[in-house]
Amino acid sequence: MIEQVTHYLAARARWGAMEYVFWLAALASVFVCGGYWAELSPLFANRHLILTEIAWLALFALSLDLILGYAGIISLGHAAFFGLGSYVAALLAKHAIINEPVLALVVSGLAAAVLGFATSFLVLRGSDLARLMVTLGVALIMREVANQIPDITGGADGLQGVSIGPILGMFHFDIFGHVGYVYCLLVLFVLFVIARRIVYSPFGLSLRAVKGNALRSSLVGISVDGRLVAVYTLAAFYAGVAGALLAQTTAFASLDVFSFERSADLLLVLIIGGTGYLYGGPIGAVAFKLIQDSLATFDPQYWQYWIGLLLVFLVLFGRIYGALIAVIVFAVSHALRLSFFECALIMLVIGIGYGHIRSGLNVLDARIDRLIRRSRAARQGLLQRKA
Amino acid sequence: MPVALETADLEKHFGGIAAVNGLSLRIEKGARHALIGPNGAGKTTVINLLTGVLRPSAGRILLETDDITDLKPHKRVRLGIARTFQINQLFLDLTPLETIGVAISERMGTGAQWWRLVGSNALVTEEIVEILGRFHLADVMLERTGNLPYGKQRLLEIALAIACRPRVLLLDEPAAGVPDAERHEILATVAALPADVTVLLIEHDMDIVFSFADRISVLVNGTMFIEGAPDEVARDPRVKAVYLGESLNA
Repeated sequence: MIEQVTHYLAARARWGAMEYVFWLAALASVFVCGGYWAELSPLFANRHLILTEIAWLALFALSLDLILGYAGIISLGHAAFFGLGSYVAALLAKHAIINEPVLALVVSGLAAAVLGFATSFLVLRGSDLARLMVTLGVALIMREVANQIPDITGGADGLQGVSIGPILGMFHFDIFGHVGYVYCLLVLFVLFVIARRIVYSPFGLSLRAVKGNALRSSLVGISVDGRLVAVYTLAAFYAGVAGALLAQTTAFASLDVFSFERSADLLLVLIIGGTGYLYGGPIGAVAFKLIQDSLATFDPQYWQYWIGLLLVFLVLFGRIYGALIAVIVFAVSHALRLSFFECALIMLVIGIGYGHIRSGLNVLDARIDRLIRRSRAARQGLLQRKA
Repeated sequence: MPVALETADLEKHFGGIAAVNGLSLRIEKGARHALIGPNGAGKTTVINLLTGVLRPSAGRILLETDDITDLKPHKRVRLGIARTFQINQLFLDLTPLETIGVAISERMGTGAQWWRLVGSNALVTEEIVEILGRFHLADVMLERTGNLPYGKQRLLEIALAIACRPRVLLLDEPAAGVPDAERHEILATVAALPADVTVLLIEHDMDIVFSFADRISVLVNGTMFIEGAPDEVARDPRVKAVYLGESLNA
């Protein structure tokens, strides 16, 4: 019995096949999407610049997942830590305080962690709504502070004239984004592995207990406040590193790093990717950026309209059906050249018919379920007959 | 007999209502002490005060000789006070295996370790298996707690308190809502607690109270009404009067 339990717990913490697939795909993207084989097909064009954005966004989302998915702290101001990390990294490079990017990255993360620690006490108590307001407030304050000290931050013009040194003194950032992408991907991977370790530790388990029932947690001896402060500080470190990656790969920092949209987009990434299993951030970041990118090519002016529409459907109908319905509406409206007003009418009809559509989808789900079960039973029957 | 847990002039006011009003309660070491009283007498409030869920308006709480009145709940647990809830307070998304593991790791002081993996501590694992076995939860230990039948959840509620290895255990209606068929399982586990664990039991079922307790306190309107051995309390006409809802001076 004891061996069984030990075995079970060890097996659960082991890397799954899909995880290997995910990271091998990430590794493959370094070569496949690097433009090295661009003569063969436009499919192999260099996409390292957008992949770099995906990498730091994935890290940023992972940071939010640590507090939202594992500790149940919702935040609308996570850009506070991202932005601070960004500015610290840019300032360290601009004034040649630390020229080596990796060390600067760690320092930027630590600066954000200090801010995280200091503000963590504000999110300990209160409802979700109170936490939304407090975190939002902290980010707004950070933005205004940065705006008010233009001598240091460059104010509304942003911090210009930043030049980033070579990584470890050896690898120079290039304009195609190759080095930047590999750098971001490696940082993401290392911090992901650490986060994964933490999540499967007794500390991580106690966080899930706190998220599930804070009252009972304290009555089995967990210092609830202590755990929340710790994870919030850790998440701030991760967000700071993500912000520093942005600053280092673009050699720029501006007030926009603290913006409300950045915090809100981050929640969207996690809504798309899901919370509480660590891959929600990375997968959500890939999906979010690809959707944003492809919509922007289809409809450069109004792509945000379609993002909004997609989100409504995702929440109403779940990830698969929601995306499917959104794609159908998108395709139909493009084929028929519908105006926004007509699209809005379609949405209204879908909204009114929501109940019917939902029950129709439930029937469909049941059918698919039955099909799967039948084919499974058939396969087992076949196996038995063979045996 | 030495005292395990003691309150001195304990008071708790909610606005103008005094839920607990000058309660002085002594629970002896190793006692099987029952706290009974009509609905609204303040029994659960007493447990909330003892465990630190609520802060008293006045009065002190002593664990043996230590004043714990100002301690936070998790510190009191570490000193050896554990409780169950009248309405289950469980981690619905965790499995019973994880639930018990959380409590044991905390007790052993390894609950904040972030560099080790869950399950790598053999001592913790051994104890989890032992407790789950004792509470008939071994067969469901990998299921989501929220999906367990009520009787199993009730057992887990008690097992979780036991996993804290308390010196003083506070049971708030442990058999509440459990169908008769599953009751004996819960009562048997409570009866099998080691003799050196002090137990304070809140219960409405008089059969359970009189078969379990060696001392009974009757709480009415937040104050001690009568205290004594079970047969004394059973014989006291005033207790019957209170339970039947007659006014005291009638």
